[in-house]
Amino acid sequence: MAKLNLNRVPMPRQDPKKRAKNFDEVALGYSLKQAKEEASRCIQCPKRNCVAGCPVDVDIPEFIKAIGEGDMPEAVRVLKNKNSLPGICGRVCPQETQCEATCSLAKKDAPIAIGRLERFVADWERANAGAARPVDPPKPKGKRVAVVGSGPAGLTAAADLAKLGHSVTLFEALHVAGGVLMYGIPEFRLPKEIVQAEVDYVVSLGVKLELDAVVGKLATVDELLNDGYQAVFLGTGAGAPMFMNIPGENLNGIYSANEFLTRVNLMKAYRFPEYDTPVKLGKRVVVIGGGNVAMDSARCALRLGADKVYIVYRRSEKEMPARREEVENAMEEGIEFKLLTNPKQMLGDEKNWVVGIECYEMKLGEPDDSGRRRPIVKEGSEFTIDVDMVVEALGTRPNPLVSSTTEGLETTRWGTLVADEETGKTVKDRVWAGGDIVTGAATVISAMGAGKRAAADIDRFLRR
Amino acid sequence: MYKILLKQDLVPSIHLFEVAAPAVAKKARAGQFVMVRIDQKGERIPLTIADFDQKEGSVTIVFMEVGTTTARLALMEAGEAIADFVGPLGLPAEIKKFGTVACVAGGVGVALITPIARELKQAGNKIVSILGARSQDLLFWEKELGAFSDRLIVTTDDGSYGRKGVVTEPLKELLESGEKVDRVIAIGPVVMMKFCSLTTQPFGVKTIVSLNPIMVDGTGMCGCCRVSVGGETRFACVDGPDFDGHEVDWDLLLARQTIYLDEEKCSFEQWQKSHSS
Repeated sequence: MAKLNLNRVPMPRQDPKKRAKNFDEVALGYSLKQAKEEASRCIQCPKRNCVAGCPVDVDIPEFIKAIGEGDMPEAVRVLKNKNSLPGICGRVCPQETQCEATCSLAKKDAPIAIGRLERFVADWERANAGAARPVDPPKPKGKRVAVVGSGPAGLTAAADLAKLGHSVTLFEALHVAGGVLMYGIPEFRLPKEIVQAEVDYVVSLGVKLELDAVVGKLATVDELLNDGYQAVFLGTGAGAPMFMNIPGENLNGIYSANEFLTRVNLMKAYRFPEYDTPVKLGKRVVVIGGGNVAMDSARCALRLGADKVYIVYRRSEKEMPARREEVENAMEEGIEFKLLTNPKQMLGDEKNWVVGIECYEMKLGEPDDSGRRRPIVKEGSEFTIDVDMVVEALGTRPNPLVSSTTEGLETTRWGTLVADEETGKTVKDRVWAGGDIVTGAATVISAMGAGKRAAADIDRFLRR
Repeated sequence: MYKILLKQDLVPSIHLFEVAAPAVAKKARAGQFVMVRIDQKGERIPLTIADFDQKEGSVTIVFMEVGTTTARLALMEAGEAIADFVGPLGLPAEIKKFGTVACVAGGVGVALITPIARELKQAGNKIVSILGARSQDLLFWEKELGAFSDRLIVTTDDGSYGRKGVVTEPLKELLESGEKVDRVIAIGPVVMMKFCSLTTQPFGVKTIVSLNPIMVDGTGMCGCCRVSVGGETRFACVDGPDFDGHEVDWDLLLARQTIYLDEEKCSFEQWQKSHSS
């Protein structure tokens, strides 16, 4: 057996100083040579542990083998057979806790860079349009499915159902498809051109896309079911922002991360006034929270020209839910982390503009329900950070628009929908759900996995 | 794309569009709004639905030129199309038999209160309307609102038409007259709604106002439109736009309306420059 190669090919990235001033993508992607070199490290082990770590069952060893052999059309075919959104997944999936964590070389601290290779295959296909082998169009089955929400869950469900020969209409409330991929994740981490290309691919499978369609306000789910749709999949996500409910929160200059990121990403406020939507350009910005959305918000604020950006997080670095890579990117770019710090109140001036945040220092106590150590206020530790803008990235909950206008769905006390974990089936006849609307805010790939499993179950139901 | 079927200049700076949007028309109710985006580079702005026609498949909006988007909209003509027209959003106005309802409209608010007055009239209410404008040349839909009103009082700030003064004066007189008023609905500029609410508060007459704060998505996603009502933060887009005027924190709303004043000015100047060249 050949000797194991434990040298992961590093990802070329934009220099931190330079990238902190632009919205261009941070990670630059492998060259063909780098991709082949990384692919050659895969030992093609028969256990296929990596596949077990993938929520959408991508045939990882096979697409890596194809890259190694330089057969890119084959790599595209294998990858897209299971994953309709590889350009997105290759960029934003937490591979380090999924396929790369279960890779046989992970024990040697040198798992194959599966995410980078996935991204390479997707980018190769976009750059070589038409070179991939076309998928045979399926035989129409004469069944209609309504998919509500065009984020990762909805796009995946729609694509899989279309590939199985069903007639799919995909309803989206906003003016572009993609959900959080378009409004939430910034350009420098996930270029919108790539999301659009993957949405276009889903549409090319025969999916009919209805934009500006707020299900619940226009047709309700029951009306869709009575109007010729045999099944409905709800992938409406967790789009409603949470606030801290502390004094001063409605001062001018305080944004939810949803609003801030929607203005910047979806409405392209970073190109104001060329685009009409404005966003405040804070000079001293505090972002509250420790997840990926907090990192995205902080890095956007920096790129918009802030002199100083702080992350305020109530626990320590170890408990941060953000991907390690994103925390490192943020630190490299000069974001300052105020850990074990929690806001007490926001302070404003006489014109209602935020000028400061009064914070407590925190310490960690015993583990709580989440298994992480509970943060406790250090009494008398209050201090103030001077700011002119605050972004609250505290997580999101499901938008009640659909559940509140649909009879017979079961919701939890967090507003999520009750659905079978394996099939996505809700308690309501002919209605499935998946993604953040069921789990609460989670990852792109887990939503895609849910969309995929629901599509398979909807197909089983429609064949009966 | 959503085609403009009809354009009417109600006064030089206030325009009416009938827009082809059959799905929205089918579901629209008085008091709801739509989010409008003109084109790829446009912003999303909320506009209240002034009327709707299910048979024609059209929705009517009325807007005043106040910034870049409304100035750009004003240049559009029948036959042209708007990129996005999303709705019907927000909760419909509460329509039932209250008894006597005073409908108080300021400026462009008359277009928004008229469909509500119509539905309230149909529900068996006596309608006393008070319509105010800065001056006669900004006054419109007197006849339209009058058609659903048992009594209509018109005021202008400068006295160029009707009674000289602001709407709160006849409103106060009405409440003092001893005539039983069961509900007041006030729609117009924030300051006007604030003072209507302050006027009715001592009389204990429930006063409903329609709030129109800055919005981005209009579906409860961003929280930009948060208002404080009864000490609680609410989203005008999904919890409103109608709220109890006696519970609204007006000063907060007024302050939040000013967030983008600088940017709005910059955007408008840039547009004027590019438009004139």
